[in-house]
Amino acid sequence: MTAAPPTAPVPDRTVRVAGHRAGSVVRRRVARYVALYALALVFVSPLLYMLVTSFKTRADATGVTPSWIPDPFTTQAFQTLFSASDTPVLTWFANSMIAATANAVLVVATASMAAYPLARMQFRGKGIVFGLVVAMLLVPGVILVIPNYLIVSEIGWLNSLLAIIVPTAASAFGVFFMRQFFVNLPVELEEAALLDGANRWEVFVKIVLPLARPAMATLALLAFLTNWNDFLWPVYVLFSPETRTLPAGLATLQGANQVRYDLLMAGAVIASVPVMVLFSFLQRFIIEGVSRSGLKG
Amino acid sequence: MTATLPTDALATARASARGARRRRSPIDPAPATPWLFLAPFLLLFGTFVLLPAALGVWISLHDWDYTFPNHPFVGLENYQALIDPSSTASGPFWESMRATGIFTLASVPLLLVIPLLVAMMMNARFPGRNFLRAVYFAPFVLGVAVVSVLWRYLLDTNIGLVNHYLGLVGLPDATAWLTSLPWAWVALVGVTVWWTLGFNAVIYLAALQDIPAELYEAAHVDGASAWQRFWAVTFPGLKPVLMFVVVNTLILSANMFGQSYLMTEGGPGRSTRTAIYLIADTGLSSFQMGSAAAMSYILTVCLMILSAAIFWLFRDKDARRTGKKVRR
Repeated sequence: MTAAPPTAPVPDRTVRVAGHRAGSVVRRRVARYVALYALALVFVSPLLYMLVTSFKTRADATGVTPSWIPDPFTTQAFQTLFSASDTPVLTWFANSMIAATANAVLVVATASMAAYPLARMQFRGKGIVFGLVVAMLLVPGVILVIPNYLIVSEIGWLNSLLAIIVPTAASAFGVFFMRQFFVNLPVELEEAALLDGANRWEVFVKIVLPLARPAMATLALLAFLTNWNDFLWPVYVLFSPETRTLPAGLATLQGANQVRYDLLMAGAVIASVPVMVLFSFLQRFIIEGVSRSGLKG
Repeated sequence: MTATLPTDALATARASARGARRRRSPIDPAPATPWLFLAPFLLLFGTFVLLPAALGVWISLHDWDYTFPNHPFVGLENYQALIDPSSTASGPFWESMRATGIFTLASVPLLLVIPLLVAMMMNARFPGRNFLRAVYFAPFVLGVAVVSVLWRYLLDTNIGLVNHYLGLVGLPDATAWLTSLPWAWVALVGVTVWWTLGFNAVIYLAALQDIPAELYEAAHVDGASAWQRFWAVTFPGLKPVLMFVVVNTLILSANMFGQSYLMTEGGPGRSTRTAIYLIADTGLSSFQMGSAAAMSYILTVCLMILSAAIFWLFRDKDARRTGKKVRR
C-alpha cells in the first residue's frame, strides 16, 4: 500500500513463522479437542442422566449415591405415568403433537402467502405492512400476554387447544424469513409463466412454493419446536389437566410429585423424545435456520 | 427490494401487454391480488398482535379485574401505584424488576462471551465438528419445562448429581442451590447458559465462517498477535450478527420466566421472582389485569430504551467507519 518493504526479510520471516507454527499448532489442536470434547460431555451428561433415571425405581432415583446404571432396570415410572388419571401424560403428548403440527402448518401457510407479495409485487401500503411486521419483531411479547388472554377468552378459546394453535401463528418472523428466501429466487421462471398467461396464484403454487421447499421445511421445524416447547402461555391458558400440553403438564406433574424424580424424569423424557428425534434427523435444517435468523437485522 | 425485475424483461413485458390493451400487464398485479395473499396473515396478525398491543394500553388505564363485569377507568393510577414508593403495589414490582435486572446482568455477558469462545474453537475443519455442533445445540431444542425439571433434580441439595460430584472433588457438597442466595442465581444463570449457549454459538459460527481466510493469513504475515487478529479481523467480521445477538439475548434474558417458575418457584422468599413472573401471576392468576398491563408496559419501555441504546451504539460506529471510507 505504502512504500514497498524490503523484499529480502519477508521469506525469512515467513519461514520462522511457519516453523514456530508447526509445534504450537499440534499442541493447540490437541488442547482444542480436549476442551471441546470435555465441554460436549458436560452438555450431554445431564440429558443422559435424565434418560437413565427414567428407567429407575423410585428408591433408586432418590438414592444418596447417584448411579449411572438403573438397578433394577424398570419401566415402572412410565407405567405409573400412563395410568395416572390426574396427570394424563399420553393426552398431553397428543395435545402437544396436534398443537405443534397445526401451528407449524398455519405458520408456513400464512407466512409464505404473505411473504410472496412483499417480495415480488408493487402495491400501495406495502411499506406500511412490512414496517409493521419489522416493528413487531422488535416488540417484546410481554405486552401481548394479558390482552391476548382477554381476546382468547372473548372468542371462547380458553382452556382449548385453539388458544395454543392460533394466536402464536401470527409469525412476523416467518414472514420475514420467507420473504428473504423469495427475494433471492431467480425471477425469470415466474415472469415467463406470467407472460404465458398464468395468474399470480398459479405462479405461487406451481413455481415458487416448490422452489421454496427447504425454507418452508426449516420454518415448519422452527415453528413446531417453538410451539412444542412453549411454556408461559399454555400454563395460564390451559387450566384443566386433560387440556394441557406437555410443558404445562410437566408443571402439573412437578406440583403433584415434588420428589418423585423417577416420574418427573420419565415425563421429561416423553417431552424430549419427539424433538430430539426431529433434531437428530433434521439438525442441519434447524441449525441453518437458526444461524440464518441471526442475519435478519 | 424493488428492483427485482431486470429492466429489459420489464420492457418486453410491457410491449407484449400493449398488444392486448384491455388486459393489464401480467407483471403488474391487480390491485386486490397482494391483499388476497396477505389476508390470512393480516387477520391473525391484526387479531393477536396489533389489537392486543393497543388493547394493552386501554386495559392499563382501567381497574381491570377479569372476574368483575365492570372495569372503571382510572387514568394513570395503575402506573402511579407502581412508581409511587409508598403504595403497596410498587414494592413487589420493583423487587421483581430488580430480579430481572440481576438475571439479565449476570447472564447476558456470559451468553455473549462463552458462545463466542466455543464458536471460535469450532471454526476450523476437524473430524467430528458437525457432531459437536449438534451436541452443543441439543439442550436448546428442549423446552424450558424439561430443562428446569431436569436441573431441579440435578441441583437437589441432598441427592443431586451436582453436589455429589462437588463432594467427590473435595468442594462443599451441601449447597442449597435452589433455596439460598446467591446460589439460586448461580443455578438459574448456569442452567440458562447450558440451555441456550448453542443458539448464540451457532449464529456466531455462521458469521465466523463468512470471514475470508485470507484476512487471517494477511494478519499473520503482518505479524499480528492472536489478540490483534481478534480485534482487527474476527470482531469486525462479527459485526453483521453482533447487534442481533446482543439485542436478542438481552430480550430473552429479560423475559426469563420458566426457570424461576419451576426451579426456584420465585424463592427464596420472592428474590428470584422476575418481572414476567409477577406480571403473569398478577394478571392471569390474581386477574388484576390493569396493574399487570401497566407493569408490562413499564418493562417494555425499559427494554426498548436498552435496545435503542444498543442500536445507537452500533450505528454510531458504522457511521464513523463509512465516514472514514468516504474521506479516503
